[in-house]
Amino acid sequence: MFRGKDMDKNYKHIIRAERLCVSFGKVRALSDIDLAIGRNEIVGLIGDNGAGKSTLIKALTGVIPPTSGRLFIRDEAVDLHNYSVSRAHALRFETVYQEKSLGEKQPLWRNFFVGRQITNRFGFINVREQRRIANEILQRQLGFRGVGIDADSTVSKLSGGERQGIAIGRAMYFDADLIILDEPTTALAIKEVRKVLDFVRSIKEAGRAAIYIEHNLAHVHALADRLLVLDRGRIVADIRPADMSLQDLTTFLIEQQQSREVESVA
Amino acid sequence: MSETKAGYTDSPRVAVTADATPLWRRFKLESLPIIVVFFVLIGVYITFAPSVFLRWPIYNSFLITIPPLMVLSLGLTLVIAAGEMDLSFPAVITLSGFLFAYCTLHLGSPWLGLLAAIAGGALVGAINGFLVAVIGIPSIIITIGTSFFWTGVATVLSGGMSYALQNLAEKPIAAIFSGTLFGIPTEALWALAVAVGIWFILNRHRFGEHLLFIGDAREVARVVGINTTRERVKLFTLMGALAGFSSFLLTIQNLNYFATQGQGMLLSALAAVFIGGSSVFGGAATVVGSFFGALIIGMLNAGIVATGVAGFWVEVIVGLVFVIAVVLHTVLGSPGRMKQLRARLSLDGMLRRDKNHARW
Repeated sequence: MFRGKDMDKNYKHIIRAERLCVSFGKVRALSDIDLAIGRNEIVGLIGDNGAGKSTLIKALTGVIPPTSGRLFIRDEAVDLHNYSVSRAHALRFETVYQEKSLGEKQPLWRNFFVGRQITNRFGFINVREQRRIANEILQRQLGFRGVGIDADSTVSKLSGGERQGIAIGRAMYFDADLIILDEPTTALAIKEVRKVLDFVRSIKEAGRAAIYIEHNLAHVHALADRLLVLDRGRIVADIRPADMSLQDLTTFLIEQQQSREVESVA
Repeated sequence: MSETKAGYTDSPRVAVTADATPLWRRFKLESLPIIVVFFVLIGVYITFAPSVFLRWPIYNSFLITIPPLMVLSLGLTLVIAAGEMDLSFPAVITLSGFLFAYCTLHLGSPWLGLLAAIAGGALVGAINGFLVAVIGIPSIIITIGTSFFWTGVATVLSGGMSYALQNLAEKPIAAIFSGTLFGIPTEALWALAVAVGIWFILNRHRFGEHLLFIGDAREVARVVGINTTRERVKLFTLMGALAGFSSFLLTIQNLNYFATQGQGMLLSALAAVFIGGSSVFGGAATVVGSFFGALIIGMLNAGIVATGVAGFWVEVIVGLVFVIAVVLHTVLGSPGRMKQLRARLSLDGMLRRDKNHARW
């Protein structure tokens, strides 16, 4: 859909940030973030609540404008003044937020396409086409067959896992090169967690990249190629799970937290 | 791109599958309950005052008096859909009516007056939108302030006087906006046209969808890429323009401008929207509901008086209808609340209490 010719050329990093900062008034949410994500890399983002994980992905996807720094997408510099969610969509970035991805009272055919509706040139939505595609995604990609969910169902009727499925199905449909998942398994049943993890694995197999925020260290350790540890708005560690066992990772994070507590007491 | 387990497909749009929605659901009539209530009400009127309600003149006068109210309710439907509120439209009724009267009397051009009425309303709306969306003040609060301000401005400019516009009666503009076409008052046709337009904006246009998502949850709207600031400024501007048009209709059908002509419109227009079934929480709104809501509100007054109930009762009945309708819409509209309600009122709960009483 958004597959411009220039996008298919070779690039090393799907996204790269240099000294990215985000401030809300006097509060510095992110300071001097340097990161680079390869075109076929799953990067786990871990850190405490308030470490800046969500702010970081919002800055990367155009929801929050960075205060300073530089951003490169497919190795090309991005004009941060013109960077927005629609721009990120057009560059084939998709985000699956933990709770805030879908409009509760709206039918699925709206939720799949909102922000990039199929319209005529006067802005009127082609409802039939959107319904048709929504049903198709539901049946073919998500396998919601015979469970009483169709394009006209409203989100409020869906379970947590189904909601996550819808958001993921949307990302798949729009054929993203970078999929960002913000705690996609929180509050899900075990069976549904497995589906989500399978999906993350399939991103890798399809040759795409993902940024994956997760509290469950076991999940993220098993899936990610690389782990970035965020603490108070800074990246404090860049770890390869291959080089560090889950046990060591846990110990490392606990030690780090203790040292921070000592610091704050002092 | 390679095919994988989770179903990445080569082309985003694959073969056509049959639309799984059952026909009856796809063609479900929007807000059927309110339409039923409307016809029941007419039935009641006919039963109690057949001499009035079995003849055309009363309906003809409804078709003249209701359109200004209806145009307001239709605009408000969009505002409510976005989870916002506008209390300043009565001020626009006052201000735009003055602009129209002034242009007509002093500049000699009623068409310029129409334009000024709509543009003036749009300007008031745009300022509301700026204060709400850019500065970030809750709309229910700031529109109280702008309402006072613009009413005051109109009063100052008009010197509190009314303007007689009798000489417009013969002009084409009066024939177009308050004449008759095939026996139907033209203002009714204009209101119907606005209703159809607003229905398409809300249900079929990108803008309407954005409003629904903003009303549903602003954070969701933001992360899916909706410019919530711009869309809300547009929303309030449109509301202002519609209020300006409503004011113009009111003024040209009275052939007179009164500084107080916006009074009484505020609650009636809001009542029409909520009786119609638009969600008081935003994110869901029905244009058809507001359409029939406006008809019901517009007919209550004359209807109640004609059926012989003393005119004093009108507001009591409007209030009752409003409260009952909003409670019903809210409870029926969300299964969760319905369940809670049933649990609270549940029979076995009461029985248990009775048993306890018996034991004592």
